[in-house]
Amino acid sequence: MTITTTTATGLRRVATGRAFLGVLGRDVAVTGREFGSFLSQVLVQPFFLLFVFGKVLSQLGYIAPGYAQLLLPGLLALNAFLVAVQAVALPLVIDFSFTKEIEDRLLAPLSTRMVAVEKIVFGAVRGMIGSLVMIPVGYLVLDKVTWNVAGLPVSAVLLVLGALAGGAAGLVIGTAVSPRRINIVFAVVITPLLFTGSTQFPFLQISSLRWFQVICALNPITYVSEGLRGALTPQIPHLPTWVCLGALVLSCLLFGAIGIQGFVRRALD
Amino acid sequence: MTAPPGNRHAPFPSPPVAWRHVSTETRAARPDSPAPDAVAPAVEVADLVKRYPKATSNAVDGISFAVAPGEVFGLLGPNGAGKTTTIGVLTTRVRKTAGRATVAGIDVATDPVAARSVLGVVPQRPNLDRSLDAKANLVWHAAYHGVPRAERGPLADELLERMGLTDKAKTNPDELSGGQAQRLIIARGLMHDPQVLFLDEPSTGLDPQARLFVHDRVAELAAGGVTVVLTTHDMDEAAKLSDRVGIVDHGRLLALDTPAALVAGLSGSATVDLDVVGSDPGTLRDRLSGVRGIAGAEVLDDGPATARMRVRVDGEAGAALPGLLDEVVAAGGRVLDVALGEPTLEDVFIDLTGRGLR
Repeated sequence: MTITTTTATGLRRVATGRAFLGVLGRDVAVTGREFGSFLSQVLVQPFFLLFVFGKVLSQLGYIAPGYAQLLLPGLLALNAFLVAVQAVALPLVIDFSFTKEIEDRLLAPLSTRMVAVEKIVFGAVRGMIGSLVMIPVGYLVLDKVTWNVAGLPVSAVLLVLGALAGGAAGLVIGTAVSPRRINIVFAVVITPLLFTGSTQFPFLQISSLRWFQVICALNPITYVSEGLRGALTPQIPHLPTWVCLGALVLSCLLFGAIGIQGFVRRALD
Repeated sequence: MTAPPGNRHAPFPSPPVAWRHVSTETRAARPDSPAPDAVAPAVEVADLVKRYPKATSNAVDGISFAVAPGEVFGLLGPNGAGKTTTIGVLTTRVRKTAGRATVAGIDVATDPVAARSVLGVVPQRPNLDRSLDAKANLVWHAAYHGVPRAERGPLADELLERMGLTDKAKTNPDELSGGQAQRLIIARGLMHDPQVLFLDEPSTGLDPQARLFVHDRVAELAAGGVTVVLTTHDMDEAAKLSDRVGIVDHGRLLALDTPAALVAGLSGSATVDLDVVGSDPGTLRDRLSGVRGIAGAEVLDDGPATARMRVRVDGEAGAALPGLLDEVVAAGGRVLDVALGEPTLEDVFIDLTGRGLR
C-alpha cells in the first residue's frame, strides 16, 4: 500500500513537472519567436537613459566622469525588475478579461498555483534577458566601465532575485487591475518605480532627502541596484549585501503570496 | 472501467441509441453485473450546489446525475439555467458550494490535477492561443499534458486531418472561421486522449454544414468509447446526439431520460395543429382541451387574422380530428389548415420550462 502510494505520488510529481515545463516552454517559445520586438521593447528606454546621462551630460561636463560607473548597475537592476513586471502583468490582464487564452493552460494537469508560479518564473526569465543585454550596450555606449569580476556570482544571484520579485509584482498587478485601469496603473506605478529604485543615485548618499530615501527603501529595485554596486563597483557607497539579499527574498515572498492568491481568485470561480 | 486505450482511431458504426450504453458494459468486461448502475459512472454529480459570491440564488441548486462510460449525455436548458456552471464544476474551473462531482471516479474538488488529465474541454467561447498557429495549439496542449515529444506532431497532424483542417495547420486562430476554430478546439481537447469530453454549446453560432460536421465528430467519438457530456439549448441537437438528456432550469434537473422516453412521457402522444379564423383563441383553447381524448391545447401563434393552435392528443391524431373540427365549428370558427405531428423534445422542453423569455 505504502509502495503504491509512493509510486503514485512520484508519478504525479513527474506529470506535474512535465506540465510545468510544457507551460513554461510555450511562453519561452513565443518569446523566442518575437525576440526582435522583445529586444527593442527592452532596450530602447534604458539605452537613452544611459546615453543621455552616461554619455551626453558627462561629455558636456554637467555630470562627473564617474557617473556612468554608478548608472550601469542601476540600469541592469531596473531592467531585471521592470521587464519582469511587464512580461507578467499586461498579458495576464488581457488573458483574464478578454481572450481567455490562458484557460487551456489552467486545464493542464498542474495545480492552479503552479501555473501562477510559472508566470513568475517566466517573467523572471524575461527580466534576466532584459538585464543581461544591457551589459554589452553599456560597454558600447560608455567610455570606461570597470567591474569587480569577483562580484559576478553575487550579482547573478541578485539579478535572479530581483527578476523573480519583478515577476511576482507583475502577478499582483496583473490579477488585481481591471483592463480599463491598466494604463493608469502603469503610468502611476511604473514611472515612480523607475525613479525611486536608486538606479540613478546611490541610496546612502540621499540621506539629506530623508523622505525620498524612505520611499526608495520601499522599492525593491533599490536593493538590486545597491547590491549590484556592492558587488561590481564597491568603491561607491552602498547598502550591505546581506540587507539587499534579505530585502529581495522578502519581496519575492510577499509579492509571490499576494500574486498567487490573486491568480487563484481570478482563475477559479 | 473506461474505454480501452487506443481505440479512438478505429471508429465503428454507432450502435442504436437504445443499447449503446449496454454495449459499453460489455466493453467494461463485467459479465457479473448486468444492470447499468453496476458500472462505475464516467461522470457523477450528486446534490451539486453552486452559489456565486454575492448572488442571491443558487446557480446550480441540487443537481444529481450519472453518465455511463461511452454514453453521450446532453444537458438541455435555457440560457442561465446552470448548464455551464455544472460543466465548470466538472472541469475544475468552478468551485462547488456543496455536493459531489466526480469524473472517471476522481473527485474534481479534492483532486483537480488528476481530474484534468482525464477530461477534455470544448468551451463555449473560443479560447485558442493566438500566439501560436493551429498546429502549435495542438502540439503545446499535448506538451502541457505530458504527451511524449515524438508523438505530439504526428498526433496533431492526424487530428487536423480528422477535423478537415490539414491545410490550416500554419494558420493563426484569428484567421479561422467560427466552424474551423470550433473544430480546432475539439481537436485540442482530444490531444491528450481524455476519457470524458465536455462540450459547452458545441455548435452555437455555427452554420449548418459546420454544425453537421461537429455532430458527426461527436457521434464518432462516442462510438470510439469516449464519454461525452454536452450542453445545448438546441432541442434537435440534444435529441440527435444524446443517449440521454437532462433538462435543467433554474439550477435544477427537471427531467432525465432518453429523448424518446421524454417525448413519450409528455401527456399526449401525437399533436394536431389547427389554423383557425373567426374564434377567440383563448376561449377556443379551453374548449378544445375539454374534447374527449384530448390531453391539452395551446395557442402557438395568435396572428391578426388566423390563430395557430396545437392540440396534444391521447392516442391517434386522426381519430380525434372529427371531434376537434366539430368543436371549432361549434365555437363559431373555421379551420383553414390542419397538420398532424409527433411531439418533439421541444414540446417537452416548453412543457417543463415554460414559454417565458429569459
